[in-house]
Amino acid sequence: MGHGAKDEKEFNVIVLVKQVPEAEDVRIDPDTGRLDRSSAEAVTNPFDLNAIEVANRIKERLGGKVTCISMGPLRADSTLRDSLARGCDRGILLSDKKFGGADTLATSYTLSCAIKKIGSFDLIVCGEKTTDGDTGQVGPEVAEQLDIPHACFVEEIKAITESSLVVRRKTENGYMILELKLPALISVTKDINEPPLPLLKNKIKARKAEIETWSASDLSEIGDVERFGLTGSPTRVVNVGSPHVEKETMMIEGGSSREKAKKLVDILEDLGFL
Amino acid sequence: MSSSEYEGVMVFAQQKDGKVHPVTYELLGKGREMADKIGESLFCVLLGSGMEEVDELIYHGADRVFLYDDPSLQEFNVLHYKKCIVDLVEEEKPKIFLLGATTIGRSLGPRVAAALRTGLTADCTSLDVDEEGNLIQIRPAFSGSVMATIKTPKSRPQMATVRYRVMEEAKRDTSRRGEAIKKRARIEDTRIRVLERKEFEGEGSIVDADIIVSGGRGLKKAEDLRIIREVADLLKGAVGASRPIVDDRWIGRQHQVGLSGNTVRPKLYIACGISGSVQHLAGMRNSNFIIAINKDPSAPIFKEAHYGFVEDLYELLPELIAEIKRRRGMKTACITERSMRI
Ligand SMILES: Cc1cc2nc3c(=O)[nH]c(=O)nc-3n(C[C@H](O)[C@H](O)[C@H](O)COP(=O)(O)OP(=O)(O)OC[C@H]3O[C@@H](n4cnc5c(N)ncnc54)[C@H](O)[C@@H]3O)c2cc1C
Ligand SMILES: Nc1ncnc2c1ncn2[C@@H]1O[C@H](COP(=O)(O)O)[C@@H](O)[C@H]1O
Repeated sequence: MGHGAKDEKEFNVIVLVKQVPEAEDVRIDPDTGRLDRSSAEAVTNPFDLNAIEVANRIKERLGGKVTCISMGPLRADSTLRDSLARGCDRGILLSDKKFGGADTLATSYTLSCAIKKIGSFDLIVCGEKTTDGDTGQVGPEVAEQLDIPHACFVEEIKAITESSLVVRRKTENGYMILELKLPALISVTKDINEPPLPLLKNKIKARKAEIETWSASDLSEIGDVERFGLTGSPTRVVNVGSPHVEKETMMIEGGSSREKAKKLVDILEDLGFL
Repeated sequence: MSSSEYEGVMVFAQQKDGKVHPVTYELLGKGREMADKIGESLFCVLLGSGMEEVDELIYHGADRVFLYDDPSLQEFNVLHYKKCIVDLVEEEKPKIFLLGATTIGRSLGPRVAAALRTGLTADCTSLDVDEEGNLIQIRPAFSGSVMATIKTPKSRPQMATVRYRVMEEAKRDTSRRGEAIKKRARIEDTRIRVLERKEFEGEGSIVDADIIVSGGRGLKKAEDLRIIREVADLLKGAVGASRPIVDDRWIGRQHQVGLSGNTVRPKLYIACGISGSVQHLAGMRNSNFIIAINKDPSAPIFKEAHYGFVEDLYELLPELIAEIKRRRGMKTACITERSMRI
């Protein structure tokens, strides 16, 4: 592979960030079962803020540069400005109608083409998942397409040098310590750090900063345009519906709390839990 | 490649220290049902070192178990696992490939899917297959506020990760016969090394608990979790929590129930002072029995509960504790009386 720290003096970190609708603003219309995102404010995926903070800490330690990449509509440039305000050095927006309707495979393919176009990198950092896609798949799929090692659910960076990385990875009931050779990709959990708010002066600076925008044709030398967007997506959402049929609930109202407690214990006994 | 070349359903059998993760038996249950529906076979792939449960996989429905037994596979190394599975899928060409949505499955699944250039649907809560063998994948989307149905029309295999404890475990039948096929693992990749693995001692994961008593923001302060804990102890259950009190660090993240926490499916779930947000419901609505205690009669949790107690938890729970102790006291008294008479 052409990248790696050897021929470059700088340590290059890439962070993948996505713009998402503010979670609380997504409503479902109870009559039509349709999703109403019209009122939703667009924000940087909260999990990606942890990824940015990881990259910033690494830059503090090893120097170098942090590049943020986001694929999304043109308005997602505000998410890249937010990343710059938080300390990243360069922002690249991948925006094109041809990228639209991408599932995780097409998204990760497009992102990996952009990363190849950048050329040199040592580490890629992702959030654990997005609040809208909510799959956590894009990170490991990018790693596979770039043929580099990865670790998910990283909750601590134990050590990092120019050539390797030691991380603590969460498991269901414990953890694993992994050593990865660089270049590598990690996706980090919310518990890894507490991202500070960006400073006002950095926000103002970021407002004027240049965001590079790459279209499908900018990536056509590196990738196959047929693999972008909807045409490159093997999955199809065929229906979106309301979550559940309602249960019959037996409501116990009125009476003293003593009486209710007795009723509750009766129920527990009947069901065999006592 | 035409998709008609692809046949059968394959399940990834996850193991730790040679012991198969129970989600595997749930996948075999669903996998068997789907394989029967389309009249094809059920395969299982098991990777590890010194495993003993191969027969169990067959008793639980696998027609064929592909076994990779090698020291390099003892611990989960995503590059090693991926290599074996991608090679096997390319050889065997299953129509459908399922993994548990565990921290291992979520790391391995996407890597395999990207290598095979196929689709992967994350975190399914329901699966079905039509006559043509198209997988119908249902998963919560937008924080669980909707359910999305997803298909993978052209690419094969159709891949999905499935949440633990949402599907029925396969029935065990020791008369079932199947075939175990030893495969050789060729592993050269040294880019990832597993240096250490640690399991936390003490309380098991709430995911495995049969009874869970959960507290939410209806609790006024961290110390009040003591009441929840006492009820849980009396019922020999585990303590669960909604996200706000986990975020406030009143209790560890491993206790969190919901979309961004654990999916649980206990026999009994008691929600105390929890409103029942879609995100919380996404993690517990499949519990066999749900009892909700909330002082607001319009709290959405009541829509999912079998029994709803409209009451202040600070009033009801102490009475509940007293009543359980009283009846237990009575019972033990009766028994001792009777045994004395004998
Ligand atoms: C992307 C995303 C992921 C999320 N993931 C999760 C998740 O995994 N798990 C999760 O739980 N949440 C999750 N949430 C948060 C979720 O939206 C809710 O904010 C949360 O579940 C509310 O917790 P709660 O019910 O304890 O608090 P509240 O909604 O504040 O409800 C408190 C309830 O207690 C009742 N109450 C108050 N006092 C008493 C009393 N004395 N006696 C009895 N009842 C009383 C009130 O009537 C109220 O219904 C997520 C949110 C987002 C956006
Ligand atoms: N469109 C995108 N642009 C940039 N990064 C993305 C995009 N989608 C996902 N990611 C990254 O992949 C992670 C996992 O996303 P997901 O698979 O959608 O849950 C996110 O936290 C981001 O770091």
